[in-house]
Amino acid sequence: MDGVHDLGGLQGFGPVEVEFDEPVFHEAWERRAFRANLGALIALRTAGGAWRHGIERMDPVHYLSSSYYEHWLTSATTLVVEAGLVSHEELDRRAGGHFPLSRPDRGTPPELPQHDRTEPRFRAGDHMRVREWHPLGHTRAPRYVQGKRGVIARLDGASNFPDFEAHGGAKVLDPTYCVRFTSRELWGDGGRDGDVVHVDLWERYLEEDQ
Amino acid sequence: MSDHNHGDHGSDHGHNHHPEPLAPVEARVAAIESVLIEHGMFDTEMLDGIVENFEHNLGPLNGAKVVARAWIDPDYKARLLDDGTAAIAELGFGGAEGDHMVVVENTPDVHNLVVCTLCSCYPWPTLGLPPAWYKAPAYRSRAVREPRVLLAEMGTPIPDDVEIRVWDSSAEVRYLVLPQRPPGTDGLSESELVTRVTRDSMIGVARL
Repeated sequence: MDGVHDLGGLQGFGPVEVEFDEPVFHEAWERRAFRANLGALIALRTAGGAWRHGIERMDPVHYLSSSYYEHWLTSATTLVVEAGLVSHEELDRRAGGHFPLSRPDRGTPPELPQHDRTEPRFRAGDHMRVREWHPLGHTRAPRYVQGKRGVIARLDGASNFPDFEAHGGAKVLDPTYCVRFTSRELWGDGGRDGDVVHVDLWERYLEEDQ
Repeated sequence: MSDHNHGDHGSDHGHNHHPEPLAPVEARVAAIESVLIEHGMFDTEMLDGIVENFEHNLGPLNGAKVVARAWIDPDYKARLLDDGTAAIAELGFGGAEGDHMVVVENTPDVHNLVVCTLCSCYPWPTLGLPPAWYKAPAYRSRAVREPRVLLAEMGTPIPDDVEIRVWDSSAEVRYLVLPQRPPGTDGLSESELVTRVTRDSMIGVARL
């Protein structure tokens, strides 16, 4: 989905704020949230894409105003509620206030054949274009490369295509590639000659460049 | 953490003004933990073991050992650049978020920078859990759009004639930058070199 999580290229966020000698966990609740998230994912056997999409469908204001461990907490808890283990009302009662959860999942598995593909269609050096489809559900094709042209820089073997599994589809193998885009292709006059961005993409995201 | 305690963050209930105040994040963590415990889905000992591994065993010291070895051993460096996962495993590091490692080398002509624009992908076995800024919108949005401006702001100006290669780890591969060996370190031992390697140099936001 074209959510606020899909941050590549958005403008207006200002300087990166680096904390010197940052601890692994800043506060006790971060460690506990990390542990609860792990516990929920192991217990529910959640697919990685479904968990990521739990974060992606957070309310955008909540997403931008909370830390990453709160994102993990929100996604894991949303999945626990959706699995029927507790009601949202009961969670609010136990927390002693409103427990914000992610919005309902509007995604469906893409309408593509759900069968394993392990033989890569492209070779290093091939020119290709990223399909442009802006799904309602989970994808690992960032918005800033959809519709853009690039060159295959590296073949990485086949791995599980997350867009199916995140929405209840099958676990399906698909070849993955590292694709090189020029800064000019991505950002036009706002780009810079010579600089390049590599994005790792599944073959089902790609089409031949006409 | 005052921002956890004021206002309404929008609502899954379909309206923007929830009557109840937001529960503190600590209370929310306790609430979900209690649900998992009641369902017998929370093996505290096993989970604490995983968390403690992150706290004590995984971190940039592991990556620094990989880098220092590559600086002193050209054969190791060649293996590292050819098959990062296998070469890193030679030093005993691997596992979740490190199963498909690609190491990218900084040279006098090329500077590499790693980001995850969609979430927070990061090579856990060699660098540990990512710092907060790596997961925050400013870094994730700007690294792919204006890396040169961003790096200069972060204290790492890149000369105009050096190419910047950004790596957005959007699938299964996790990246580690092999920084250039700093000048004046010829006489140092491998263990002394390890202390010169910083986390930020292996993400690409610093040069040594």
